Amino acid sequence: MGAVAWSVFQRDVRIALRHRSDVLTLFVFFVIVVSLFPLGVGPEPQILREIAPGVVWVAALLACMLALNRLFAADFADGTLEQLALVPQPLPVLVLGKVAAHWVTTGLPLVAIAPVLGIQFDLTAEAIGVLVVTLLLGTPTLSLIGAVGAALTLGVRGGGGLLALLVLPLYIPVLIFGAGAVSAAAQGVPLSGHLSLLGATLAGALALVPWAVATSIRISLE
Amino acid sequence: MIHWFKYSSPQTFYPLAGKVAPWFGAISVVLAVVGLYISFFMAPTDFQQGESYRVIFIHVPAAWMSMFIYMVMAGWAAMGLVFNTRLSAMMAQALAPTGAMMTFIALWTGAFWGRPTWGTWWVWDARLTSELILLFLYLGFMALTAAIDDVRRADRAGAMLALVGVVNVPIIYFSVKWWNTLHQGSSVSITRAPSMAAIMFTGMIVMVFAFWMYCIAVALTRVRHIILEREQHAQWVQELKEAE
Repeated sequence: MGAVAWSVFQRDVRIALRHRSDVLTLFVFFVIVVSLFPLGVGPEPQILREIAPGVVWVAALLACMLALNRLFAADFADGTLEQLALVPQPLPVLVLGKVAAHWVTTGLPLVAIAPVLGIQFDLTAEAIGVLVVTLLLGTPTLSLIGAVGAALTLGVRGGGGLLALLVLPLYIPVLIFGAGAVSAAAQGVPLSGHLSLLGATLAGALALVPWAVATSIRISLE
Repeated sequence: MIHWFKYSSPQTFYPLAGKVAPWFGAISVVLAVVGLYISFFMAPTDFQQGESYRVIFIHVPAAWMSMFIYMVMAGWAAMGLVFNTRLSAMMAQALAPTGAMMTFIALWTGAFWGRPTWGTWWVWDARLTSELILLFLYLGFMALTAAIDDVRRADRAGAMLALVGVVNVPIIYFSVKWWNTLHQGSSVSITRAPSMAAIMFTGMIVMVFAFWMYCIAVALTRVRHIILEREQHAQWVQELKEAE
């Protein structure tokens, strides 16, 4: 069972790396969105420090959401998804492999560049560390929750805007806990509560979402 | 033995809904007249908020229904997924617009109440924010089911989304609540004086029941239209047409 998930994971990562420009576009999108805020708000370090957690997190949310149509769309179009659904191994496990690959190729690059953006926003070293930890804990949840939306909107008219409408409200708790933890770190307030809640949402999503995604895929394939 | 599933078929439910919906509508009108009379002529002026508090006679029932309808909708959606009954999905479809409207009314009247009381149309209070997110959830459900042409798939996809939403509603509510207490941006809160004059409470309860009856009447009427639309090629609908 694990072996199948692993091979799905490897396959998806390989495909993503062969379409390197897709991965890069998203990465650049994230950086550009974050860099727009100082231009819109003004360069005062005090204000930038205050808005940084929210700005980076909202940009991460948008980047994760934009990447979602890559998750199943190509496999749905060429029929691979149908074959995957017929595999004797349970579909939720395969879904987990796919979502993990998706996170490694979209979420992880965002986590890697976040410290640089933190420096641009004049965050303290400690706050930057917390930012990385929250993104590490939070972006997998975004990929998981987003997978439900991506599976439900497969082959549906007006995919992109519709996906945003479905997924963004469900992202709100992750945004609140993630940005809240960084703000708390910047103000020197205890932040273990936020981190625990982020971890809890991740654990809950890991336990429930693969089944929801598997059901959604079967609904879309009918 | 009672046949529990007799009315789970659109064909038998259609006339039943047609029979009971006017009654719910009539009860709703009567209750609304009584409730509005109590709230405008019998309930005293609030010594702190003046006349503006009377918005709660619309606001509280609408807010209550907005949350309750989402639960009912998700319940129908779950039933449709589990038992594969067409009517359950139709009920979920019929409830969504009413729920969205109630959410909108709650937000709108809340703004009208907030303006004279807090001096602002909108604050990022936990309840306001989560009500706004609830509106987004309703809109997402309606947009998804509207975007899928295949009725069966639209029903099942919508049901899945409603279930995911209903799991998330408490998480969203508490996260917004903690976010609000952490930021302390606005020092106002909706919690009003705990002791409410008995007559005000009566007026509010009557209005709640009026809203309740209205929602049932409207949902049943809407589900009748959905049934007709979807079953238009069925034998019994054709016979219905001929009979008229």
